[in-house]
Amino acid sequence: MNIATILDMAAEAYGPRTALACGGERLSYDELRRRAQAAAAAVRASGAASLALLDVNGPAAAVAVFAAAYAGVPYVPLNYRLTKDELGELLTRVTPAYVVYGPEYRGVLEACAGGAAVGGEAFLRLPAPSAPPEPAEDPQAVAVLLFTSGTTGKPKAAILRHENLMSYIVGTVEFAAAAEDEAILVAVPPYHIAGISAVLSSTYAGRRMVQLPRFEPALWLEAARCERATHAFLVPTMLARIVEHLETSGRAAPETLRAIAYGGGKMPLPVVEKAMRLFAGVDFTNAYGLTETSSTIAVLGPEDHRAAAASDDPKIRRRLGSVGRATGAVEIAVRDEAGRVLGPEQSGLVYVRGAQVSGEYRALGAQRDADGWFCTRDRGFLDAEGYLFLEGRADDVIVRGGENISPGEIEEVLLAHPAIADAAVVAMPDEQWGEAVAAAVVLKPQAQVCAAELQAWVKTRLRSSRVPQEIVFKDALPYNETGKLLRRLIREEFAAAERHAA
Amino acid sequence: MLKPGARFKSAVCETQVMVVKSPPGEHDLRCGGVPMIGANDPAPANVQADAAFAGGSLIGKRYVNADESLELLCTRGGAGTLSLGATPLKVKQAKQLPSSD
Repeated sequence: MNIATILDMAAEAYGPRTALACGGERLSYDELRRRAQAAAAAVRASGAASLALLDVNGPAAAVAVFAAAYAGVPYVPLNYRLTKDELGELLTRVTPAYVVYGPEYRGVLEACAGGAAVGGEAFLRLPAPSAPPEPAEDPQAVAVLLFTSGTTGKPKAAILRHENLMSYIVGTVEFAAAAEDEAILVAVPPYHIAGISAVLSSTYAGRRMVQLPRFEPALWLEAARCERATHAFLVPTMLARIVEHLETSGRAAPETLRAIAYGGGKMPLPVVEKAMRLFAGVDFTNAYGLTETSSTIAVLGPEDHRAAAASDDPKIRRRLGSVGRATGAVEIAVRDEAGRVLGPEQSGLVYVRGAQVSGEYRALGAQRDADGWFCTRDRGFLDAEGYLFLEGRADDVIVRGGENISPGEIEEVLLAHPAIADAAVVAMPDEQWGEAVAAAVVLKPQAQVCAAELQAWVKTRLRSSRVPQEIVFKDALPYNETGKLLRRLIREEFAAAERHAA
Repeated sequence: MLKPGARFKSAVCETQVMVVKSPPGEHDLRCGGVPMIGANDPAPANVQADAAFAGGSLIGKRYVNADESLELLCTRGGAGTLSLGATPLKVKQAKQLPSSD
């Protein structure tokens, strides 16, 4: 079992079809396979133990995914926004690596010793080998190593084996299901799990990938129009920026778009509601997944979106804020801290089980229990029909005097205030309670509100224990480039302020 | 014992399959009415397809037995019918999931 089979099948069934487009460049599935096989031969000849990519989204990223598979080494896409020192440290963990780099990252690489390095352009033009490499068939071989963002300490190297990714694709995508005119706009970076699964899913479905090296709402709309994109995958912040751009520019949504999938973070309700109005007739899908689960494990589909948006029943209406139901390829359960399975509406830790779930890190090993269940560290609950609602990361829970408080519910209430554009709730150290609730908020342009008014706003809607003891006003909240809120930074600020005050 | 990930090819046509899942035990996996062979094994001489098993296999389709405990992915299509002993395997119904990435 090897994910190279995905490309072999695509080339066999629809080889001349366009596999990807990026700027003026186009590759068919046949060409993609030829280049991946040529690159695999070069990787093997170099004796490298991994194929690392230090580049923005583009043809080299798609070629590298499959080249690593043909060569039988892990594919290691690196975050090009990291510093020289950080990248150097990561590269020593996968050495000797064959590094493919974009032109702007050449300087960064010079500082890193060991292995071979080749520019992205040259990587796409390697000579064809005399015989195509025979990929290894070990299902347990490592296909992808992805470094987690490392918000607490050293980044962990998540392991995805060929059997995990192949199970994901075979379990959730129908082969050759895409019509010939279908094209998906991919704007997530290659080092995000969705960037990897996009390559595998699109190839298996036969859906042309339109790769966007960098995300900007105007560039995205331009590419959607030029390439007549029918599908798109976005992280929530990207969709929010597109919605904002359409509203302020008065431009119309691209008319060829039929489906937008989003995931990779919490989607604010107002954004998805606005998006559904601006992209009338477009199918929206919320995909929930983790790196450690080979991407998607739950899906809120287009019919779910429409039914929820049109319903007056609060139980159905609230599903717009849910991540949907488990795909047929995995099981999902919610358990308490002691591991007992909880019933509907009871909130606890989200567990997942299935062949696509690796739940495994280098050095730490598999984090699955004896029955194969992996704890996502996300908190949430299921409704009676199996719709999953997420409440935030377990590690972000505020423990105030023994009471567990999820930041999510307080953030939702703050965001509902007419003056608030963005809000983050975190724990701050407190002598009396151990931890107390603190909030950082961003006001809408020209809006005004004081801390006391916001505290009263929360108090009338939630219990008094949920009222933020401290509220700071900020120009913006810190997010990483794929839209994950960096709570750690906000927590550190409150902790530092507290130390200063004491 | 058919291990998930194991690959087999037809002895009499172009068909190739990969095991997605399989119950324990021995299984008489055939294509074109003739036992399938390992993906890298040389094709045996003097074997002929059984004309009763010439319904063909299609690339990308998943083939299952009656209780769906055995599932194969067809990685290359061919002229022979996939079967377990003399019982033809059925095409598993297509997935109805919306595209999510």
